[in-house]
Amino acid sequence: MAQPAPKRRRLEKLAINMTPMIDVVFQLMIFFMLTLNIIAPEGDFDIRMPLSKSAGPPSDDLQLPPIRVRLAADPDGGLQTLSMNGEPVAGFDDLQQRVAGIVEAALASGGTAEDVELELDCDEELDYTHVVQAITAVSGRIEDGRVVEMIKKISFTPPAAVAE
Amino acid sequence: MTPMIDVTFQLITFFMFVLNFSEAEQDERIQLPASQLAKPAEGVVETPITMQLTADGGVLYAGEILPVDQIGRSLEQERKIIVAAGKDPALATVIVRADGRARTGDVQQVIRICQEQGFERFALRALYKPE
Repeated sequence: MAQPAPKRRRLEKLAINMTPMIDVVFQLMIFFMLTLNIIAPEGDFDIRMPLSKSAGPPSDDLQLPPIRVRLAADPDGGLQTLSMNGEPVAGFDDLQQRVAGIVEAALASGGTAEDVELELDCDEELDYTHVVQAITAVSGRIEDGRVVEMIKKISFTPPAAVAE
Repeated sequence: MTPMIDVTFQLITFFMFVLNFSEAEQDERIQLPASQLAKPAEGVVETPITMQLTADGGVLYAGEILPVDQIGRSLEQERKIIVAAGKDPALATVIVRADGRARTGDVQQVIRICQEQGFERFALRALYKPE
C-alpha cells in the first residue's frame, strides 16, 4: 500500500515579533543615557600628618632635616615670593629642579626618596591653588611622558610655628 | 530592522561602559585647582570623609555650609561613628576638596581640626589636567 506522498509544506518566512524586544532595548538605552554623568578626572595628593609629629622635630635622628619651602602671599592672595631653605626660587620649575637635585643626592648616598621630607610654610592669605602648584612641583616630574616620583612626605608648617 | 537593532545594541554597550557607579562627591560650587600629577585614587579609599572648602571660606559638609571653626562637632561625630564601627580614626582618610581660590589658612585650619579629632591621613584633591 503506497503511502500518501507527504504534503509539501509551503516555506513561509518566519517573522519573530520584534516589538517587545525593541521596547526593552530602548528602555535600557534611555536608562543608561540618563544615568550617564560625565565627571572630570580627579586625583589626590596623599599627605600623612599626625598631630604629634607635625609639632616637633623628626623623631628619627638619621632623618635629614625637612626641606622648607616658603610661599609668601601678596594681599590679594597671589604668590609674591617663593623660597626654599631661605634661598629665593625663581618659580615652580626652578623649585622642581632644585628638589630633583636634592632627591637625586639622597638616592646617590644610598637613601630613598622616602627619606626626604618637605615642609610647606604658606601665608594664610595665599590662594590654595598655589599650594597645589607647589605640591605638584615637589612631588614629581614628568620625563618622557612618565611620572617620576620625588617627595612623598609633605606636611604643612603648623600655624603656631608661623606666628613665632 | 536588523541594522537598527545593531546600532541600538552598540549604543547600549557604549553607555554601559561609560557608566560609572562611583559616587564621586562633586559639587559645582567648588572649582578644584588643576594639577598634572594628581593621580586618581588606586582602589577604594578606606573610610573616606570628604571636607569641601568653598572659595569664601565655608565648609560644605553633609549638604550644608558651615563656618570653618564649627566643623569640630561634626568631625567628632564622624570619629565616634568610626570608633563605634571598630575602626581606627588614624586610618581614615580625610579628602580635602578645597576651591583653588580658598585661603590656605582655612585649608590648614580644616586640617588642624581634623588632626585634633585624631585623623592623620589627608588627601588633597585636585583636578587632573595633563599639559
